[in-house]
Amino acid sequence: MSDLAQKRTPLYDVHKALGAKLVPFAGYDMPVQYPTGVLAEHNWTRANAGLFDVSHMGQCFVISDDFVTSATAMEKLVPADILGLEPRQQRYSQLLNEAGGTLDDLMVTRADYKGYEGWLYVVVNAGRKDFDYGHFAKHLPEGVSFKAGDDMALLALQGPKAEDVLAKHVPSVRDLKFMFYQSLPIGGIDVHVSRSGYSGEDGFELSVLNKDVETLWNLLLQDALVKPIGLGARDSLRLEAGLCLYGHELDESISPIEAGLLWSIGKRRRVEGGFIGAARVQQELRDGPKRKRVGIKPDGRAPARDGTEIFNTDGNKIGVITSGGFGPTVNGPIAMGYVDTSSAAADTKIQLLVRGNLMPATLVKLPFIPNNFKR
Amino acid sequence: MKFSKDHEWLTLEGNIATVGITDHAQSQLGDVVFVELPKLGSTIAAHASVATIESVKAASEVYTPVSGEVIAINGELNGDPALVNRSPEQEGWFMKIKLSTPDEVDGLMDKAAYDKFVAG
Repeated sequence: MSDLAQKRTPLYDVHKALGAKLVPFAGYDMPVQYPTGVLAEHNWTRANAGLFDVSHMGQCFVISDDFVTSATAMEKLVPADILGLEPRQQRYSQLLNEAGGTLDDLMVTRADYKGYEGWLYVVVNAGRKDFDYGHFAKHLPEGVSFKAGDDMALLALQGPKAEDVLAKHVPSVRDLKFMFYQSLPIGGIDVHVSRSGYSGEDGFELSVLNKDVETLWNLLLQDALVKPIGLGARDSLRLEAGLCLYGHELDESISPIEAGLLWSIGKRRRVEGGFIGAARVQQELRDGPKRKRVGIKPDGRAPARDGTEIFNTDGNKIGVITSGGFGPTVNGPIAMGYVDTSSAAADTKIQLLVRGNLMPATLVKLPFIPNNFKR
Repeated sequence: MKFSKDHEWLTLEGNIATVGITDHAQSQLGDVVFVELPKLGSTIAAHASVATIESVKAASEVYTPVSGEVIAINGELNGDPALVNRSPEQEGWFMKIKLSTPDEVDGLMDKAAYDKFVAG
């Protein structure tokens, strides 16, 4: 078997049987859409409950004998407040390099399973997991170890009906707060259920062992409110929600301040630093970043894609698009990118160079549609 | 109906060709959200990229199988780009071309050859 062969999640055959169009993504053969198509899958998720196989993502653990030791080690690597996490709480953060650029973005959860209170559960991007795992191995101190969850699968159930769907199996899910987890029995399987996601809607992420994921997937799909959703719609959903995608809005040159992620950096951490990359973060907090992430709405109907150059109305280049496409809920083209801070105000008129022509567009506040997180 | 290797179809009425993309092409593209058509009256050369189709995920070029003058474009596609998905080989036509080099049509495939091309 060639090293270059694409990897597969445990649900590969299931996706094929559902008629999915499979494409290579982050080293995996993943469903980009099912026969329903991207537009319908996107719309279904905003109205009902969409089920996503995200098992390609990197589920892993930072481990020591106690929470404070693990959290202290983690705080050297991420700017978020990890020590302040309540049991079963999770936070969004980033791994930074020495120059304050972003190596990956991730979720960190404070585990509260009996005997595992010193464990942090971390989920990183599929395309970065090999790199990230090496980063953890390199930077964790004596007494703190790293473990990859290679036998673990991950599903996401997103949309306004997601709670109803899960409540049919376990009513107490209705009490689960945003950015917390519970271990809940669904169809006889113990599922790590967190109230979180990447769609801008209320929803859940469900972690189970590989051996149980097909049973859980099929069980959830039996509900008429649930349809399978591919990565195409996952991307249009997160774009409308104004959420960053690593490799686009985040990369090794972009700081979390430029990316508009100050909210994810705890107040104590902004002052104290103490994480790799803190120097640049603190300098940008003092002086402001050179460029800022913005929302972009082309004035016409034509989408403007990743890599499109952004000009001001005088014809000077001021930035670049990092993600662009069509927003089915907005019913028009949308994009995100970076522009010079001096040109980044919402409502600024700009021009986009598309197929050799300058097209008019406007800078807009993010998100493109309101978030529906269960706060 | 004749077919090109780039998955365009062509029908002929005298010297006027109507061109669109095939059902195979639209199913490969997915949901179409925007179509940019050539300028009315423009002169186009065979195999040139004359139109762009934007699906949710990506842009694709459409190549004209024949040379000539663009004498009509399908305005329906402005307000209803999904027409390309629903009716790619009829109502979702892109443009009508007054042929300058009618022999070019001979180089295109018939349905049997195209179906074989797609399957192969």
